[in-house]
Amino acid sequence: MTAPTARPLNLPVRVRAAMFFRLLALQGSWNYETLNGTGIGFAIEPALRYLPGGVGGPAYRAALARESRYFNAHPYLAGVAVGALTRAELEGVEAARIERFRTALAGPLGSVGDRLVWASWLPFCSVVAIGIFGAGGSPLAVVGTFLLLYNAGHLLLRAWGLRIGLSRGLNVASALGNPVLRQGPQYIACAAALVAGVALPLALQRVAGPGRALAGAIIAAAFLGILLLARLRERAEGWRIALGVLAVFVLYSVIT
Amino acid sequence: MNLLQALPIAMLGALLGLDVVSFPQAMISRPIVAATAAGAFIGNPTSGLLIGVVLEMIALDTLPFGASRYPEWGSASVVGGALFAAHPVGMPGALPASMLAALLTASISGWSMVVLRRIIASRLERTRDRIEDGSREALLSLHLSGMSMDLLRGALVTITAMMVFAPLVRAIVAVWGSDSAPSRAIVVIIAAVVAGGALWKVYHSVRGVLWFFLAGLVTWAVLLAAR
Repeated sequence: MTAPTARPLNLPVRVRAAMFFRLLALQGSWNYETLNGTGIGFAIEPALRYLPGGVGGPAYRAALARESRYFNAHPYLAGVAVGALTRAELEGVEAARIERFRTALAGPLGSVGDRLVWASWLPFCSVVAIGIFGAGGSPLAVVGTFLLLYNAGHLLLRAWGLRIGLSRGLNVASALGNPVLRQGPQYIACAAALVAGVALPLALQRVAGPGRALAGAIIAAAFLGILLLARLRERAEGWRIALGVLAVFVLYSVIT
Repeated sequence: MNLLQALPIAMLGALLGLDVVSFPQAMISRPIVAATAAGAFIGNPTSGLLIGVVLEMIALDTLPFGASRYPEWGSASVVGGALFAAHPVGMPGALPASMLAALLTASISGWSMVVLRRIIASRLERTRDRIEDGSREALLSLHLSGMSMDLLRGALVTITAMMVFAPLVRAIVAVWGSDSAPSRAIVVIIAAVVAGGALWKVYHSVRGVLWFFLAGLVTWAVLLAAR
């Protein structure tokens, strides 16, 4: 068994770039059998060509088959796994150890990514963009700010994941203790709540248009509705309720 | 709207539908972007942005965690943005009717993603032996065909929704009985309730988060008074 080392991995820049680009398409073959396992195989494949025997050689085929099996991770953090597994395969770590590592890494990469990206960064960027709309921002300003802000975090996270995985190999688990991954969601949540307090009413004012005739009724109805949904939490899906209420209102407005 | 008119919108829906899961997940599929882009396609990005913001608030309720099933907002927002932007500004009924079309499309499109994932799984089953043997061709074929099918899925959902909902929304707006102000008020209440409930659902476990939200509300009230 080859022990993972900290020496730099001799992988050309164009191969790293190809892996990064393929990471953007990681979920192209997402399915209920292997989840994003085949995507991991797809992203890692350019590096596996450097195994002894090259493309089609026994080492390449065994590694590609192994890396295309079941795997689940947040897509933005999958680079950590792709980098670490690449290093392990190129250093000739034994198959059983690589498979154990894959199994152990999948859970944390999913939960950390979900908390940081889907439950923190995305809603934060959304409410910032909604706030810019509420403040009178143009379509270009709103969309441009959202895309630049969101993707700054998105692409940095992907690039960091691949780099840290390639540099640390099977010792990458400690990287998941990074303060941004551990504490980030909490700080981002507080920032998002603060921005949402200003942004949502500002934006809704702009959607409602000029005139304050219905302002009191709107605020009271919204407040009661939020309280009700907050109490129901996971038992109610807000978007389904929105669909139902809207359908009834449209029907009412058509037949009256 | 005929097939030829709906084709450019369908291409936009296909591209933005692809972004949801397959490539590149840069969130160009979020309603605030997708509906604005569709509005710009029709020649009215401001209307696209307006419905995009409302749909974005509702989309906060359905974050794409893991293997969970959720509505597909990319193609749906293109449909909503294109339908709303096609109506003159301030037309009563255009916003609620376009929103309803977008929400229905999101629901159907979410279901189409589940079907696609099953199709990919059955293709995987057929090529499992070759992939287990380390065949590069089999893996690339599975992956690239998955992405191509997703692109096609987005296009089909968008074009079908446009063909069905464009005349329907026009007909609804033509016979709309409510005034403009209450129509908008209902939309605002729905968006406020769903967005508020969604943020609470996501953040309620974070210590002190309610105080931050209240601080934001106070800031808004001060801004309002200063105006």
